[in-house]
Formats: sequence, structure tokens, C-alpha cells
Amino acid sequence: MDLFDLIGPIMVGPSSSHTAGAVRIGLACRRILGEEVAEADITLYGSFAATGRGHGTDRAIIAGLMGMAPDDERVPDSYAEARRRGLLFSFAFGEMPQGHPNTARLVLRGVKGADADIEAVSVGGGRIEIRRIGDMALCFSAEQPTLIIRNEDKPGTVADVSRVLSEEKINIATFQVNRNSRGGTAVMVIECDTPLNDTLLARIRSLPGILRAVYINRE
Amino acid sequence: MALFYSVTQLEDFAARGGAPLWRQILLASAEESGVTPEQSLEKMNAALDAMLAADAAYDPSQRSHSGLVGGDADKLRRYFESGRSICGEFVGRVLCGAMRMGECNACMHRIVAAPTAGACGVLPAVLLPYAAEHGTPREELIAALYIAAGYGMVIASRASISGAEAGCQAEIGAASAMAAAALVYLHGGSAVQMSDALAIALKNMMGLVCDPVAGLVEVPCVKRNAAGAMNALCAAELALAGVRSRIPADEVIDAMRAVGALMSPLLKETGRGGVAASPTAQRFRSDYFGS
Ligand code: SF4
Repeated sequence: MDLFDLIGPIMVGPSSSHTAGAVRIGLACRRILGEEVAEADITLYGSFAATGRGHGTDRAIIAGLMGMAPDDERVPDSYAEARRRGLLFSFAFGEMPQGHPNTARLVLRGVKGADADIEAVSVGGGRIEIRRIGDMALCFSAEQPTLIIRNEDKPGTVADVSRVLSEEKINIATFQVNRNSRGGTAVMVIECDTPLNDTLLARIRSLPGILRAVYINRE
Repeated sequence: MALFYSVTQLEDFAARGGAPLWRQILLASAEESGVTPEQSLEKMNAALDAMLAADAAYDPSQRSHSGLVGGDADKLRRYFESGRSICGEFVGRVLCGAMRMGECNACMHRIVAAPTAGACGVLPAVLLPYAAEHGTPREELIAALYIAAGYGMVIASRASISGAEAGCQAEIGAASAMAAAALVYLHGGSAVQMSDALAIALKNMMGLVCDPVAGLVEVPCVKRNAAGAMNALCAAELALAGVRSRIPADEVIDAMRAVGALMSPLLKETGRGGVAASPTAQRFRSDYFGS
């Protein structure tokens, strides 16, 4: 907990979870996509679906997808800005009985053809977590430079990745490993203190057993 | 464990001398977050600037998306300016400030969560009129914000600052307690008096439920900012007069946490209990979401 969680954040109202958190979800998903968003199909669940409109959750997510921060005064008018930029979007409302009350699913297509299907939740106080990317279940805040790796679940892969990072003098803040089934595939989520460069990413992608590596930089 | 976890710990900081308490809060928290003291000060100055800007940007014609909120702060201003009020000018400025900020938040303007967006009106409502009345320099206001944040962190770490977790006592109640401690600081009170003010403010808000109509941060939230600000003035005046809290502040915070745990989920930001469950609120809810 930081002192500026008590005096702050500076944000567009009315709700830290439903507005500021929603902007951050948009921002994080934009970073996961890795390029300007061209099309977004968004589904809101739980309390996001029930009270989102009154809290501006919809406008907040669109604002974040265009790169606006939670304190950007254009957040309430983000629809107009989206029209101006030609960003196409739709909203639907869904039920997810077992899910977190403030959940959003974003299906995105980028201007250069990238796509992403992401599930994110607003966990309170404006903080968020990404819970799923494509078919990878995971959990991270997207506040730090983050590397997400899907790999074959074999001994040595985790050690190989951490060796490359340490050789490149990258300090790891958190390191999670989740696997679907023994001997199947696993997902590593590595949050770093400093950004990673393309050479390092290429080295990681060429390691044996790595199936896919997604890198999310800070805005 | 959070950096500041008990009010006694903050009193010990103050008692051991050296730098003033607000400065010790600044230095310890900057080190913990890996920033320099200058960067921390820069951030706090930005927060104060944003509070001042939000207060100045109030537009009496603005209405929230639901239409439930807007224009009341201006009504209040005209009433106080007429000279017919019960409490007079200073209290008028506090009440107007709280309502202005609460309305700004509901109308999607830029505000500073303190500690939450719903409770963002309480701290500026007491600090800004106090500074105007007493000619307080900006550096002192910044110091008061560090005091508020330091004590707020104790509440957040021992209990909660989330209505969904512990009801409105944890939002407006916490804001009011933070503001009370900050006011005592500005008026030259001791660390023990700050703790007493915090304890008194929190006790007076104990059990306050979170019952937003239709789940929106509008009713009763905006007016509760006014109540939280008045309660902060009350608690600060009592503490400055030397009135002690019979229950130590840390125990009051622990009690508030326990009360939050006992509260039904209906009373914790679900919009299904309290005034949110009233027939009028229910009608509003179905009209608003039905449309
Ligand atoms: S009633 Fe609930 S939403 Fe409104 S200010 Fe209080 S805690 Fe926040």
C-alpha cells in the first residue's frame, strides 16, 4: 500500500472501481494488443453490467483503449473521440455467476491485424487484474513491464527463461507459473522492474519449449 | 504489513522527535515506495493542485448521468450568502465545499480520491476553508495532507477503506477521521490530540452502511461528504479542547473492522439495503435501468 492510495489517485469520478479501474482495464488491454485498437467488442458482467452505465464504465473502458489515463478529462466524452478516430465498438451484458462482480471481457482487433481476447477485473481502489488472455488463465496487474510465456511443461524451461533475464540484467519483481496439466502446457507470468528490448524477446522466443511469448510494456 | 499499522506507532514517531511527524511520514513512505522525498512532495503538490482545480471547476448547471445529483452546492451557497443561516460563514464554506466536490465526482469531473472517490469531498471541504480563514501557507497544507494520508494508512491496514468491504464507515468515516487529524495538526495540536480526533470521528461514524441508490455513487454519497466534513470539525474541536477518547484510536479502528465484518452484504455497496432498498429508490432504479 502506498501513501498515494490514501490521497489519490487523481481521477475522473465517480467510482475508483467502476471508472478509474475501467480506464485502467482499457489501457492494459490496449497494451496487451500491442497496437492501436480498430475494433472492440466488450461484454460487462456483474456489477459492471448492473451499474456500469451510471458510473461511466463503458466510456471509461473506451477511453483507456484509446490510451487515455484515469485522470484524463476527455474520459466522459470518449465516445465522441472514438467516432472521430474511427474506433468501432460494441457493448453487451452477460452473466458470470462464479466470476468477480466487476468483470469485463474485451475482444479486440488492432489496426495492423493483431487480435486479443482478454478478461479483466477491477478489484477495488482503481486496481485491476488481467485474468485471462486467449485460453491462458493467469493473474497480473499490468502495472509493470510483463512477459507472458506459454511453454511446454518440461523441466528446465523456467530456469532457461530466468537465466536469459538475469544475463540481460533484468530484475524480476514477481514470477508466477501456472500449468494446465502435468506434462501439458504451462504459463509463466513475469513482472519486471525495467522494460525488455526486442533482442531479449527474440532470445526468449527461441528457447526450446517456448510456444508463445506476449510482452506488455508500460504505456 | 503496511508501513503504518497503528496510531500508537505514529505517536511514537512524533515523541522521538527529530523531524516533525508529517515529515517522518513523508520520508518513511518515500523510502518504502522507492521514490525520493522530492518526488513524493511533487506528487502531493499535484494532488493539492487537483483538489483546488476541482473545487474551482464546479459548474452549478451540471447534472449526473442519472439526473439525481447536481446544483445543490449552489443552492447552499446562495443560502449561506443570504446571511440567514444557522451556523454562519465558515461552516457554510465547509458544507458548500463538500457538496461541490461530491457533485463534481458524480458528474465525472476530475477529483482526488481521499481515500476513495465517493468520499473525495471531505478533506478539501475542511482544509481549504481552514487555510483561507487562517492564512495557512501552502507548505502547511501539504504537511496536513501527509498527516491525513499517514493516519489513513493505519485505518486501511487495520480495517478497510472500502465500502464494499466494511460499509460507508470505511469511506466517509475514514475520510472524516483523516480530516479530523489533519485539522488538529493545522491548529497546532499534538500527536495524541490527532489520535483522539481520529478516534472520536470514527466512533461517531461507526456502523454507517454503504447503501448507494441504484448502486450509483450519488445518493446518499454526496450529502454524506457534508456530514463527514462537519463530523471532522466536531472531532477536531473536541480533541483540541483536551477531550480524550475513552477508547484508544487503534481499538476504535479494530472495532470498526469488526463492525464491517458483521455487516450484511446488503449494506456493503450492493445497492440492496439501507436507503437503496426504499420504495422510492427501487422505483428510481427500475425507471433508470429500464429506460
Ligand atoms: S454510501 Fe457507499 S458508495 Fe456512497 S460514499 Fe458511502 S461508501 Fe461510498
